[in-house]
Amino acid sequence: MSILVYTESENGKFKKSALEVTSYAKGLADQLNTQVIAVAVNVDDTSALANYGADKVLQVNNSKLDNFNAKAYADVLQQAAEKNSSKVIVVSSSANSKYLAPLLSAGLKAGYASNVVSLPDSTEPFRVKRTAFTNKAFNFTEISTQVKIVGLANNAYGLKESSSSANAESFEPTLDEKDFEIKVSSVDKTTGKIAIADADIVVSGGRGLKGPENWHLIEDLAEVLGAATACSKPVSDMGWRPHSEHVGQTGKPVASNLYVAVGISGAIQHLAGVNASKVKLVINNDPEAPFFKAADYGVVGDAFTVVPELIEKLKEFKANNA
Amino acid sequence: MKILVCISHVPDTTSKINFTDGDSKFDTSGVQFIINPNDEFGLTRAMWFKEKQGAEVTVVNVGESSTEPTLRKALAIGADNAIRINAAPTDGYYTAVQLAEVAKDYDLVIAGKESIDYNGGMVPGILAELTGFNFINSCIGLEVDGSTATVTREIDGGKESLQTTLPLVIGGQKGIVEEKDLKIPNARGIMMARKKTLTVQEPVQSETLTKAVSFEKPAAKGTVKLVEADNLDALIDLLHNEAKVI
Ligand SMILES: Cc1cc2nc3c(=O)[nH]c(=O)nc-3n(C[C@H](O)[C@H](O)[C@H](O)COP(=O)(O)OP(=O)(O)OC[C@H]3O[C@@H](n4cnc5c(N)ncnc54)[C@H](O)[C@@H]3O)c2cc1C
Ligand SMILES: Nc1ncnc2c1ncn2[C@@H]1O[C@H](COP(=O)(O)O)[C@@H](O)[C@H]1O
Repeated sequence: MSILVYTESENGKFKKSALEVTSYAKGLADQLNTQVIAVAVNVDDTSALANYGADKVLQVNNSKLDNFNAKAYADVLQQAAEKNSSKVIVVSSSANSKYLAPLLSAGLKAGYASNVVSLPDSTEPFRVKRTAFTNKAFNFTEISTQVKIVGLANNAYGLKESSSSANAESFEPTLDEKDFEIKVSSVDKTTGKIAIADADIVVSGGRGLKGPENWHLIEDLAEVLGAATACSKPVSDMGWRPHSEHVGQTGKPVASNLYVAVGISGAIQHLAGVNASKVKLVINNDPEAPFFKAADYGVVGDAFTVVPELIEKLKEFKANNA
Repeated sequence: MKILVCISHVPDTTSKINFTDGDSKFDTSGVQFIINPNDEFGLTRAMWFKEKQGAEVTVVNVGESSTEPTLRKALAIGADNAIRINAAPTDGYYTAVQLAEVAKDYDLVIAGKESIDYNGGMVPGILAELTGFNFINSCIGLEVDGSTATVTREIDGGKESLQTTLPLVIGGQKGIVEEKDLKIPNARGIMMARKKTLTVQEPVQSETLTKAVSFEKPAAKGTVKLVEADNLDALIDLLHNEAKVI
């Protein structure tokens, strides 16, 4: 028996989510009294996983897997799960994990629960808590199959250190022609920018900023905080910002540690998508803005004076706390 | 080309979410239902293929009779015909099995990357595996030329361009068409929809792999801590020492 965990990497380095899913898998392995086996694709140095509870690391090295390919990656995980009699497979909530998990679910006939926020509150039956209705509620789901797949929500469990052996061994799955019927012709990643899905902090701007020419406020604030930038839906609809920054119920979900909303009213559809963030700071000049009801911290004031001052003070703070 | 658009019937985005029967069921009273937004984008893209490439478009839903107005709306937007599989969509696998029965006769299946109610994000992928069709998720651009499809997929922090062949299932989202291009039913469309066929089909036998047993509303939010605009040092202190997020 074992818990299998898919540890994602980029350019040969683990993503933070890989360490989070490994931490979660360790928690689960303790509950079920078993070991954690991580699968890492094209990562040479997997030692980082030893700090988060991986007992064994299956290193898959294959140039055919250089580009992410959901079908092939699902096949790799399926073979690893079968070989190690894995009872639970843990994946993250990245776009790639959400792409491969249903394929793996069908392949193994394993029940899959996405957006899971905590360890199972019962292992027999196996029941997990997940978000539903785009963060407007939680839902307890029972997975009744032998093998189970848990998709962990971003930042829901956090990193938990626990030293382990993380013995690396090479794993060579048999890949099939059928795994490669989808070909990647180009990848277009905004380099040097933090993706909303990976960010610990997200700084988001709304219509209150009046126009795209004022977005340096959001960008500068994001820069001092090491944050990703986001926006409300009308802002992307008007073309002030790219669609990829639109967050909310019909945009990207945000589950950061800190979400800073500047000049955003806090409409129900916006809140639905960002409510999973742990701490929310709202800057708005209208004390009646609905967002204040959903916020942890608030500043009632004009963004055009508050934000520049906040940036200056944060620079000072960072300099003193470096 | 024959296109099947999977339509999930979900509460309107402004709905207040409540539960009944000891928090075991979603309370539908007073809730307006709509076409799942991700599916609405997909349906509009299907209409483009119909107009430009002569595609035939069928919409399908797995649901009880209460979902028919949602399918009628899809017909009013321009789908040629509709199928309702008469069963409650109890889990993603079960739903995909039902859809697979219908989907095998199509070249392109357009579904959404997730439904905004249960946010399962699994039906299209499982459906693809059950039918043996290719699958591309988080699709924000789709072109078809003969049996070749060129698809843009959103990835974390960017996008990628992919090529594959039909038959194909996609999990679509905003971007596959622009918001401003979304089709809304007009009076003529609504009239025509009345004459189109909506076939009701009984489900096939299938197991379920998961079960939603109960629900919980998020804990009520404590009151916000307001900081004066001229006292931002206090804000930084709270974020650093109390919330521990910076
Ligand atoms: C089907 C549907 C889906 C939707 N999905 C989404 C979604 O996914 N995401 C989303 O964001 N929206 C979504 N919306 C739109 C949503 O209902 C709101 O219209 C939108 O979130 C409002 O954006 P906003 O807060 O930027 O603008 P507004 O509502 O115009 O708010 C601007 C805010 O800025 C404040 N302000 C003005 N000037 C200043 C200043 N100088 N300093 C500080 N504050 C200032 C104002 O007090 C106000 O609160 C959806 C709507 C529908 C119908
Ligand atoms: N009951 C259903 N009937 C038809 N299509 C569905 C149904 N449930 C889900 N789908 C399709 O699958 C997509 C993803 O749904 P889900 O896996 O439930 O998040 C939706 O956007 C629909 O296209």
